[in-house]
Amino acid sequence: MEILTAIAKFIAADLRTATPLILAGIGLVFSARAGLVNIGVEGMMLVGALSAVAGSWWFGSAMLGTLFAMFTASIIALIFAYLSVTVKADQIVVGTAINILGLGLTTTLARTLFGLNTAPPDVASFEIIAIPGLSKIPFFGQAFFQQNALVYLALILVPIASFIMFKTDIGLKVRAVGEHPKACDTVGINVYLVRYVTILISGLFSGLAGAYVSLGLLSFFTENMIAGRGFMVLAAVVFGKYTPRGVLFAGIIFGAAEAIQFRLQAAGTAIPFQFLLMLPYALTIFALAGFVGKSRGPAAMSKPYDKD
Amino acid sequence: MLLKKLGIPFVAVLAALLVGAGVIKFIGVDPLTAYKSLFMGSLSNKNAIAETLVKTTPLVFTALSYAFAARCGLVNLGAEGQLYIGAIFSTTVAIYLTGLPMIIHLPMAIIAGFVGGGLWGLLAGWLKVRFGAAEVITTIMLNYIATHFLSYLVTGPMIEPPGSFPQTAQAQLSAILPKILPGTRLHAGFLVALLAIVFYYYFLWKTTTGYETRVVGLNPTAAEYAGINPTKNALLAMFIAGGFAGLAGTCEILGIQLRMFQNFSPGYGFDGIAVALLGGGAPVGILIAGILFGILRSGANMMQMLAKVPIAIIYIIQAFVIFFVISSGFFEKVYNKRKLEKIARQGGNKDGNSNSDR
Repeated sequence: MEILTAIAKFIAADLRTATPLILAGIGLVFSARAGLVNIGVEGMMLVGALSAVAGSWWFGSAMLGTLFAMFTASIIALIFAYLSVTVKADQIVVGTAINILGLGLTTTLARTLFGLNTAPPDVASFEIIAIPGLSKIPFFGQAFFQQNALVYLALILVPIASFIMFKTDIGLKVRAVGEHPKACDTVGINVYLVRYVTILISGLFSGLAGAYVSLGLLSFFTENMIAGRGFMVLAAVVFGKYTPRGVLFAGIIFGAAEAIQFRLQAAGTAIPFQFLLMLPYALTIFALAGFVGKSRGPAAMSKPYDKD
Repeated sequence: MLLKKLGIPFVAVLAALLVGAGVIKFIGVDPLTAYKSLFMGSLSNKNAIAETLVKTTPLVFTALSYAFAARCGLVNLGAEGQLYIGAIFSTTVAIYLTGLPMIIHLPMAIIAGFVGGGLWGLLAGWLKVRFGAAEVITTIMLNYIATHFLSYLVTGPMIEPPGSFPQTAQAQLSAILPKILPGTRLHAGFLVALLAIVFYYYFLWKTTTGYETRVVGLNPTAAEYAGINPTKNALLAMFIAGGFAGLAGTCEILGIQLRMFQNFSPGYGFDGIAVALLGGGAPVGILIAGILFGILRSGANMMQMLAKVPIAIIYIIQAFVIFFVISSGFFEKVYNKRKLEKIARQGGNKDGNSNSDR
């Protein structure tokens, strides 16, 4: 029985670490499918993480804090959209600048808001919600149904996003813009609009993911607290072959690597945990190289579209 | 033409400093006081200038890394990882090879850093030409693999005996970069950076291979028609780009830190992109942009101490420098288009009846 409890606890921990990857990953699937490489997701998540804590502090509610995080992250996304779609600048460079901006803004503002060397303020964070009935199921209850609201939200959003992407007209348009923007323009699809909207979606979801990190996993903000999770999201999207379902799968695998790492470190085993931490990144490289099933990006990926 | 070349970065930097002033004002500090302490901390005396050049050194290397790959049409986002692998190679040579005179040991340690970073870059290049794996993603992934590998080394195999701190032993004296300005931390790594800029210029503009690299970067299809092998060029470009970044790690360890520990780079890899962009990928441009970002980095400490403005403000300024530089081309295009339209309209009016036909 004890081993089962341990496994259930492990699955629960895995889901907790996977959630920010799944949330931001769903948003990134949309922008990627429209042909955009949003390397700025790290910076957007960071802005989301700080805004969530600030919002929760001001409004006294984690939910309102999260909405505020989605709002601010989408403003950052608008900057990305303007520079990469309207100005037609190199998306890689824009994304890198967004990450630098995110780090600078959040570190500077966090000091101003919360002060230096003082304990972080006590803010409302996401509580664990044990789903009545389901959480009482042995094993599964502990693994899946004693989580906070955003974990459930991430799991619900995967099939919804999947449906929108592959079964609706909107999804078709998004995918078409990523494959052949010129053809879309010819048949009257507004390529710029589709790209703006998908970047906004990835901004909203990045904000949500950032809020989860600062209010779901923890209940405070620290400098650079996203700590590379944004790049891991990027990896999860590639590894998940640019589908919401794939992102879920990748998120769970990547989360497991991290969850095992914590347990190994705590247990003090001889296996260097750093090699486990490398695993997600190595898997992504293998996926790109075609060893774990080819992951091919949209044809117009990272190419700015010029109407003229 | 030259004036225009210098004009855009100059205006971009000025505008970014203005945005920074706005943020400084917003957090309740007088921007003039803040900037005064920033420039005092980076330029006011010998020591401050030396510190600025110390910070400039790794930025020049990582900028060369990004710019070199870009010249071949490749996006190298892996400078951070290449920097770490370069540091690992150099540190290994600097610690474990014993009994060598400096004239042999130091160059060996430096070359090891170039080769280490180069191989890490080459790996991404190989994955691209052999399997079609986009280097944009693989180089980022390799950054994390390198970071974790370094963390493994300094907590395990390379840990300093008896093994209580996660750091390596100190590099041997024969492998340490000598100071070039007495009484300061400015070390010979800065000279290596200057040499690297000369090499960058000479290779790209004075050799056949460099010419081919630039042709591939400008127009891969034309290059192939001209009989240039893009595969060979991509591999070479990623090796040299990685090598430049590797030297950034080498000089940080052998010039400043003298031993290796986790996360010793405060993000020089990504800062290099901003420097390369501001410098327009030109040799002298990269040096000037590197010094400018060096000023920001070294002065930021003083600004934090005296004016209580967080160091992170320089990231905001850097980000806006990039935003303004990349927007400049767009606004120029819009401006030219408007001017053309205006000329066309005026021309039409002189004809008098050009519209009356319709």
